[in-house]
Amino acid sequence: MSILINKDTRLLVQGITGSEGLFHAKQMHAYGTKIVGGVTPGKGGGLVLDDIPVFDTIKQAKKATGANASVIFVPARFAAEAILEAADAAIPLIVCITEGIPVQDMMRVRNYIDHKNVRLIGPNCPGLLTPGECKVGIIPGNIAIPGNVGVISRSGTLTYEVLYALKLAGMGSSTCVGIGGDPVNGTNFIDVLKLFEADPQTEKIVLIGEIGGSDEERAAEFIKHNITKPVVCFIAGRTAPTGKRMGHAGAIIEGGSGTALDKIKALQAAGCTVVRHPEEIPEAL
Amino acid sequence: MKIHEYLSKQIFASHGIPIPRGKVAARAAEARQIAEELGGYVVIKSQVLVGGRGKAGGIKLAKNPDETYDLAGNILNMEIKGLPVRKVLVDEAADIQHEIYLGITNDRSEAKPVIIASAAGGMEIEEVARQTPEKIIKIHIDPLLELQDYHTHDLAAGIGLPREYWLSFGRICQGLWKAYRDKDATLAEINPLVITGGHELLALDGKIILDDNALWRHPELAVLRDLDLETQVETTAREHGLSFIKLDGNIGCMVNGAGLAMATMDMIQLFGAEPANFLDIGGGADAPMVTTALHLILSDPNVKAVLINIFGGITRCDEVAKGILAALEEVQPKVPIVIRLVGTNAEEGRLMLANAHMITAETLVQAAQKAVAVAKS
Repeated sequence: MSILINKDTRLLVQGITGSEGLFHAKQMHAYGTKIVGGVTPGKGGGLVLDDIPVFDTIKQAKKATGANASVIFVPARFAAEAILEAADAAIPLIVCITEGIPVQDMMRVRNYIDHKNVRLIGPNCPGLLTPGECKVGIIPGNIAIPGNVGVISRSGTLTYEVLYALKLAGMGSSTCVGIGGDPVNGTNFIDVLKLFEADPQTEKIVLIGEIGGSDEERAAEFIKHNITKPVVCFIAGRTAPTGKRMGHAGAIIEGGSGTALDKIKALQAAGCTVVRHPEEIPEAL
Repeated sequence: MKIHEYLSKQIFASHGIPIPRGKVAARAAEARQIAEELGGYVVIKSQVLVGGRGKAGGIKLAKNPDETYDLAGNILNMEIKGLPVRKVLVDEAADIQHEIYLGITNDRSEAKPVIIASAAGGMEIEEVARQTPEKIIKIHIDPLLELQDYHTHDLAAGIGLPREYWLSFGRICQGLWKAYRDKDATLAEINPLVITGGHELLALDGKIILDDNALWRHPELAVLRDLDLETQVETTAREHGLSFIKLDGNIGCMVNGAGLAMATMDMIQLFGAEPANFLDIGGGADAPMVTTALHLILSDPNVKAVLINIFGGITRCDEVAKGILAALEEVQPKVPIVIRLVGTNAEEGRLMLANAHMITAETLVQAAQKAVAVAKS
């Protein structure tokens, strides 16, 4: 069954006329995702990739196409507003790939969209993949096969490593959700765990975390009382020093909290298997 | 990005927060001059971006300009926790009756800023949180509604502030909020905010940390980055759009993706060695960036082996190979390089590197094991 995206997803691409947007729209289109339109203010009226109409606003695009999802490939200085526009137009699923959005912008966005009935994934994330059906974002389509493992991750290429390891072991994924590496984002581990627990196709769950914040610790507490399916985890950053931002804005150990070890202990205490590296995941499942 | 106390205080002052009269000096003679202008006792404060300056002897009280000259001279010659003291702030000394903590930071799990006050000022707030958490008052701020005056009354009441100070405390809170908001700070802190013998509130210290993702909005602050906090290599990396952190080990790493880079470092440790650095070349890196990255890694004399792990999604393995070959033209590495390429154009990339005398690996585990083995030999 999968979660959040499938063959019925009707997708808008915000920023479709930019180089990132166009490149990835092409990849998603080739994978089989139904891209019903693109939105770039000021560039509306034409077509891209032979048959995808470009609109100036989300409201126009939604009205014309019946879109039910949007993916954002807009530069950081404009991305928060792109999220707001999609939420204002009541697009139920908004996936923001953009890295580098100022954190105060994201706090303002969250406090607006928390009152709307929309789901934001990201920002600073690779997006979602339901193998064989739909790809929203930049996760390469050929590294995963359909199956029964739900994958949730804060990372980009580390997620690919895991999907690939599963594929090589003949294991497939129901849906892979990249929640991204920013400290303030739209969807956390618990949000996705709930969806996987309720999804008949998902029988096992893989959770990929990293240093910074306490999302893994809160997920562990939630798993203890609410998740019956087996959860296997990998947490990156055992070797990370304190006080330094390790790439992702959210990957930083501050005031002694957010260490990999603390997260690993919390997840183990909740009954999860925590592996030492990604290649151990297929065996652990 | 951290900025110095004297800059944070200037920002606070421009938002209506009272700070002591004072100026910055780079030489003992300048410090003496400032002490003469201020008259009376002064506090000489080393401007270094670490905590524990006082304990390290970097904050001293001087009773006259001559003593200021001597003490400033000492402090300007110091290194505190490895950082050279290049400037001192010479502030007029205050008559401190009570010390308060006041700060605003991001609560990432609530996705809101939070304003924090405590009557236990002057100490590390984490220490207060550990020992006497009931002394800390926290109020979350709705970023769309912003800080309301009644929030400042709740804080004042919570820390037992006498009513005569509520009005000025409220103004200081609002000033702190606006400074935090307008400069895109992740932390704006006054510790201590003091009640003086003259019955006034005064911000004796100031600390602001800026959101790196928002520096493009504040170019006048971005240029104030203290480069002493980075190594030369880290500065060069940042200027080229690479994410680089120097560590103490002997295996240099180049990876595309922060999570994968951390996992690669962890793997090296798992197999018995230590990483020499964290380096994320990011998504879609081009050949010149890869060349720069390899140069930076090889410039570290501690490096005994290099591990390159690329899982190409947007990043193209042939582009990475091109960059590596260009680097090898310029620098003949004296250390072995282990390379593992997977994903977009991996075959092309491997073919290009076939004659480059590199050790190849299929899986990340193999790559890490090989790198550790050659570093030892």
